[in-house]
Amino acid sequence: MSAAPAQPLLRVEGVTLQYKTREHLVTATYRVSFDVHTADRFVLLGPSGCGKSTLLKAVGGYLRPVEGAIRLKGVEVVKPGADRMMVFQEFDQLLPWKTVKQNVMFALEASGRLRGKAAEERAMAYIDKVNLTRFAGNLPHTLSGGMKQRVAIARGMAMEPDILLMDEPFAALDALTRRKMQDELMQLWEDTRFTVLFVTHSIPEAVRIGNRILLLSPHPGQVKAELGSDGHDEADPATGLRLSDRIHRMLFSAQDLEEDAVHHA
Amino acid sequence: MPETPPVRPEIVRDQVAEHDFGVVMKPLTGWEKVYGNGFVRKAFLLAVLAGIWQAYASYLDNPLVLPTFTQTLQSFWKLVASGDLPQRALVSMKVLLQGYAIGLVLALVVTVLAMTSRLGNDLLETLTAMLNPLPAIALLPLALIWLGLGNASIVFVLVHAVMWPIALNTHSGFQGVSATMRMVGRNYGLTGLAYVAKILMPAAFPHILAGLKIGWAFAWRTLIAAELVFGTTSGSGGLGWFIYENKNVLDIPAVFAGLFTVILIGLLVENFVFRLIENRTVRRWGMQH
Repeated sequence: MSAAPAQPLLRVEGVTLQYKTREHLVTATYRVSFDVHTADRFVLLGPSGCGKSTLLKAVGGYLRPVEGAIRLKGVEVVKPGADRMMVFQEFDQLLPWKTVKQNVMFALEASGRLRGKAAEERAMAYIDKVNLTRFAGNLPHTLSGGMKQRVAIARGMAMEPDILLMDEPFAALDALTRRKMQDELMQLWEDTRFTVLFVTHSIPEAVRIGNRILLLSPHPGQVKAELGSDGHDEADPATGLRLSDRIHRMLFSAQDLEEDAVHHA
Repeated sequence: MPETPPVRPEIVRDQVAEHDFGVVMKPLTGWEKVYGNGFVRKAFLLAVLAGIWQAYASYLDNPLVLPTFTQTLQSFWKLVASGDLPQRALVSMKVLLQGYAIGLVLALVVTVLAMTSRLGNDLLETLTAMLNPLPAIALLPLALIWLGLGNASIVFVLVHAVMWPIALNTHSGFQGVSATMRMVGRNYGLTGLAYVAKILMPAAFPHILAGLKIGWAFAWRTLIAAELVFGTTSGSGGLGWFIYENKNVLDIPAVFAGLFTVILIGLLVENFVFRLIENRTVRRWGMQH
């Protein structure tokens, strides 16, 4: 391995995000900074309300920071684009009027990446990677939840974006399917070494998927820690603590103390 | 004393081999197939309705008030054979399709405008709130003054009758498209017309289709009413005028035959044209069941 890389792929610098509801102006994140390097599996982890999904949408270009900047390859992100492909949690992210193959091809054609035969070949190659070749002609409503998410992942990867943005892609799946999808994602990463920014609220998922984990505190989201993970979650010989235990303590200790304070007050 | 459940031995079983099952897949019986066919069920309902009509009209025995189903059918066949009725239906249909097509295009233009700018959105909401409750027929006298006697006036009121319900439905369909699907479209870099045509239109298609159906029905009502109230404005006259003429000569079975034609066209369009579109689109896509 080479020395520390000079230029991160994605640089998030002091980003404050706000959105308006009907009655309030809500600050979702406050001065969040982190760097994602090529081939990172970078996980944003935190309880609900820490602004991790909002942060991902800002990287996707759906939301502009009120303070700070998000730069991809040194260029500021100002609008959605195909260089940052999103994979959502919801199953309705596939277009129901297109088959599996057409869904993947449409992304390539609509964004102007590839046309016709070339788009078809690329689409089928990635559909094969997620083991759905047999279902290429199926419409989305005939697929199971796990299969739909695989199509969404194939679609995102087929675009060969600079970075893949995944917003709790496995949260709506049952535990068995979720575990299988996590293993498949890791296998895909071994094969193609894409860069992914992955949002989750599950500590085991973060530890298993990520090589780097950003912990966020809630209301508004602020960076609490940025940790490394080797995916094994073994006890540290020095402290005797697993990574997941450390994360658990960091995320919940402060909150427990606050609750205690409330009870004693 | 807290009750504890009894301790039971664990059970592990071998699976039954496939050929030992009774039924894995069995063809449906003839009756199940017949009942599963929508056309058969609807034909049965129509036959029952016709039977009730026939029974009540025979009991009344007064063709001036209510001719029987068979009398109506006889009159209908005679008028179809003479070519009178098909020709009137054709005249009505031509005007109707003109008004429908123009109304549809205008509705789409207005809704696309509404989706691409906030002002356009306000314009559509205000216009539909103002004009949708206005009966198209009420505009006919004005149309006659502006456009004179003739097709143009009828087409004008038809456009009014068709445009607002289609625009309203399409617009509410566009607004109902899920946030996720919108973000997917924008993720591909789609904007403006391409975004509307490739993402919003198909995603809102169940609503658009409902709008098309309502627009179709409104168009018929308006057309027949316009012809009934103002007679022939286009030289030969359509079905409404045909009904009006025959009422004047007290040929009530012919009046019923005229109404019957309107119903028949409605049934055919609903069960063939719209059903075909539905089967090819929203049903195939699993958006409607």
